[in-house]
Amino acid sequence: MAEMKTAAYICKGCEIGNRVDVASLVKVATKEGKMALVREHDFLCSAEGVALINHDIDHEGVTHIAIGACSRRAKTEAFNFPSVAMTRGNLREGVIWIRPDTEEARETTQEMAEDYVRMMCAEVKAMKVPEGNQKTGTIKTVLVVGGGLSGMTSALEASKAGYKVVLVEKTGALGGWAAKLHMRVPTREPYTTPEDNGVADLVARIEADANIKVYLNARIAKTSGAPGRFKAEIAVESGVTATEDVGAIIQATGFSLYDANKLPHLGYGKSPNVVDQAGLEALAREAAAAGLPIRRPSDGKEVKSVVFVQCAGQRDNTGEHLSYCSGYCCNASIKQATYFKDSNPDIDTVVLFTDLRTPGNGEDFYRAAQNRGVIFSKGVVSEVLANGNTCTVKFKDLILNEDTAAEADLVVLATGAVPNSGPELDALNEAVRLAEGGDEVARTQVIQMMDKSVLNLQYRQGPDIPHFMHGFNDSHFICFPYETRRTGIYTTGPVRRPMDIAQAIEDATGAAMKAIQAVENAGLGKAAHPRAGDLSYPMVRLEGCTQCKRCTVECPFGAIDEDEKRFPLFNESRCRRCGTCMGACPVRVISFENYSVNTVGAQIKAVDVPDEFSEKPRILVLACENDAYPALDMAGLNRNAYDPFVRVIPVRCLGSVNTIWITDALNGGYDGVMLMGCKSGEDYQCHFVKGSELGRYRMSKVYDTLKSMNLETERLLDVEVAITDIATLPARINTYAEQVKAMGPSPFKGL
Amino acid sequence: MSDLNQQMAERYKNNFLKEIEEQAEMGEWVKMCMQCGLCSGSCPTHFHSGWDHPPQEIFMLIRAGKREEVLNSNGMYMCTSCYNCYVRCPRKVPVTHVMHGIAEYAYKMGRAAKAQPTMHLSKVFWTNATKYGRVNEVQLTQSLYFKDGLAAGIKKGLEMKDVALGLVKAKRLNPLEALGIGHKCKDLDGIHRMLAKAYELEAQRKGRDTSKA
Repeated sequence: MAEMKTAAYICKGCEIGNRVDVASLVKVATKEGKMALVREHDFLCSAEGVALINHDIDHEGVTHIAIGACSRRAKTEAFNFPSVAMTRGNLREGVIWIRPDTEEARETTQEMAEDYVRMMCAEVKAMKVPEGNQKTGTIKTVLVVGGGLSGMTSALEASKAGYKVVLVEKTGALGGWAAKLHMRVPTREPYTTPEDNGVADLVARIEADANIKVYLNARIAKTSGAPGRFKAEIAVESGVTATEDVGAIIQATGFSLYDANKLPHLGYGKSPNVVDQAGLEALAREAAAAGLPIRRPSDGKEVKSVVFVQCAGQRDNTGEHLSYCSGYCCNASIKQATYFKDSNPDIDTVVLFTDLRTPGNGEDFYRAAQNRGVIFSKGVVSEVLANGNTCTVKFKDLILNEDTAAEADLVVLATGAVPNSGPELDALNEAVRLAEGGDEVARTQVIQMMDKSVLNLQYRQGPDIPHFMHGFNDSHFICFPYETRRTGIYTTGPVRRPMDIAQAIEDATGAAMKAIQAVENAGLGKAAHPRAGDLSYPMVRLEGCTQCKRCTVECPFGAIDEDEKRFPLFNESRCRRCGTCMGACPVRVISFENYSVNTVGAQIKAVDVPDEFSEKPRILVLACENDAYPALDMAGLNRNAYDPFVRVIPVRCLGSVNTIWITDALNGGYDGVMLMGCKSGEDYQCHFVKGSELGRYRMSKVYDTLKSMNLETERLLDVEVAITDIATLPARINTYAEQVKAMGPSPFKGL
Repeated sequence: MSDLNQQMAERYKNNFLKEIEEQAEMGEWVKMCMQCGLCSGSCPTHFHSGWDHPPQEIFMLIRAGKREEVLNSNGMYMCTSCYNCYVRCPRKVPVTHVMHGIAEYAYKMGRAAKAQPTMHLSKVFWTNATKYGRVNEVQLTQSLYFKDGLAAGIKKGLEMKDVALGLVKAKRLNPLEALGIGHKCKDLDGIHRMLAKAYELEAQRKGRDTSKA
């Protein structure tokens, strides 16, 4: 890259020109910002304004540009200059929109604008042009693990979009659970009659698809690499291992039924006439094949009465069984009741439920079953007694509030779904640690747990996708399904959350799209969600590294391994660019080309801090760019004014905040520092899963530093912000500003 | 126990839901209830003073086959026909009509309490209206006033004396109606024949043996 040439542009549009003195902003950029080229423009985002910038880049050799106009979140299509390093000073949402247009406010508003110009000039000089991840892979094949309905749908959808697919199924046939169903819940108007399970059609389409390579009786023995260049070793039953190069992975390993043997009080195991939903499907298939009505297992007599027990071992608040709802069982029981009613309307079919939940068009199906004469009773089953060839179902009728009982030839338990999500990583890692210490029991545990592993990832953090709630592989990415904590690997179907067939098909289609996006971005050296398209990636100065391992441990996505010499080994393609490693590094050797300890540090230092007699405090706000910064922008949009003494710097995540920024700011005479990050903890809202949590943990250590500096701990405030806090956030800023003013100026001013 | 009641109890044995579906007007809706309780929650009576079962309980009792409990219930007669439940039912169950249907069936089975005011009004109204082909207001009022005996009827009549005289003066009430003289409709005989035919058809549809009823 040629020598750095800087340029600053100040826009006068959107009232900026009327509200602040642009001429002095230009002066600040030239004199203090030391920009080689400074221009003002009436309407910078217009074609003419953009052409002006492009002209400077092409003909003046400008390599670094700072644009003082609207928020960096606005006009991103106009201000898109990929060949140069660029930053934006937020003069519109960050200054004029959050300040009242009055004569008294004019002075502080002007000071605010000048500071943002200083900050953008300082920042851009510390930036480099991101060149994109060079260690990228360009393999576009998608690996789908699991040949059930979700997996087959993902495979077909990816293939339809023109991508090659490797489909791995552990059993000898495609189809998964759906193949075991006699019929499926209706998918078409008028949603009254069960339909063919549709598996044969999907299998035929997969077999006819040249883009899809199927491995049956196969498991993933080993997965290594990163998005764009994964290597999957596929162990086939015959003992042969095939190696496939793939760009992204979709895990569609589905679910198992909750083990009904854990429900002896509901008669399972005590009478052959008590079955789970899979057992009933098997009976129905058997009967249909023989052209006979469904018969009870105990003596082969035709079933004349059947009771369906919903929520068997589910929605259990005692902690003994599943605590969640599996989502599909109500519709499934309705469907199974119609098997009986459609063959003989005189068969008594009773569904005992506490809350009937029929997602999709299940409500129509429910009504159809009622019309067929299926009886639905709101009741909780306490016990199922086996007496010879019949069963007595004891239950409490919740409407009539009385204990009662029903006799039945057959009892069907809706036991719900347990995800096939591989071992729980925390437990596994703990067992591995104990086993390495020589614990024999732990060794056996490790072997058992590893037997359940789906992907066998060769990652530092463990062989599989971490579990989230109830053992499901969901990542709890707000608004972003399919995303997991392992970049380029997407989970779909009931392994992600409880769902029915219709939802799984939709889900699998979405996962295929995400996988395609991942391979395409990886191929271009760009980041995946949530900074999709970001060309920067973490760079490390290994000569300064002390091997403290904080980065490798803290990376929420398992992107950093360790090499033989115990140095961090970055897998850039697995990185989400959150900067948590950068925030963690105590020696500050990790940085991004356009986001580093220096780019933020330079901004902090660039702010003009007035002396203690001016009564103009300075409060630094480090705001998460995912929630807090947009919330501040929207506060501006709504003209929700806030204190003129705050200076906001967007950060990629609270996790990327390095404590040096805080100490630098307080040493530099700032009177307070406010950190704005997303909710952390179990129901976190952090876009990078653990970023805000780790950031907060680190900040708790800063309080000790504050004490050693003889500063009040209130000088640092951490606030939890959601993107919707548009009205409350300015109020919280103002409250804090009052608090800071009451504390008096920082003793470090002017030192 | 009426003959019809015995007849029905024997015919349907344990399947009371089927009995209601086939015998009570609108009974076929009972199976469509999804036990949300919106009907009971919407009821302006709030089930004060002795509602033994609100509508969704009646429905549940029917499905649970509790024949005696349903037929002896006073729930059906408590309905004021405000139609709140009918309008609000998410399943579009005509709750008001179903309640009326079950009440009528319980009455037919000889189960309704004799002094039950709602039932008394319905009965008096029906007899009155079918006798003349239109409502004879004076006779209807009389039979309601004297429901609880002669003294109570005279007392009530005196209380309402001024209103009645006002109505007579305004020619809104013809005192001669007390004797069955006054407005009548054309072809009363035709109406009676029509009703007889309707009874016959109903009995046919519901498979009832009318000779015993």
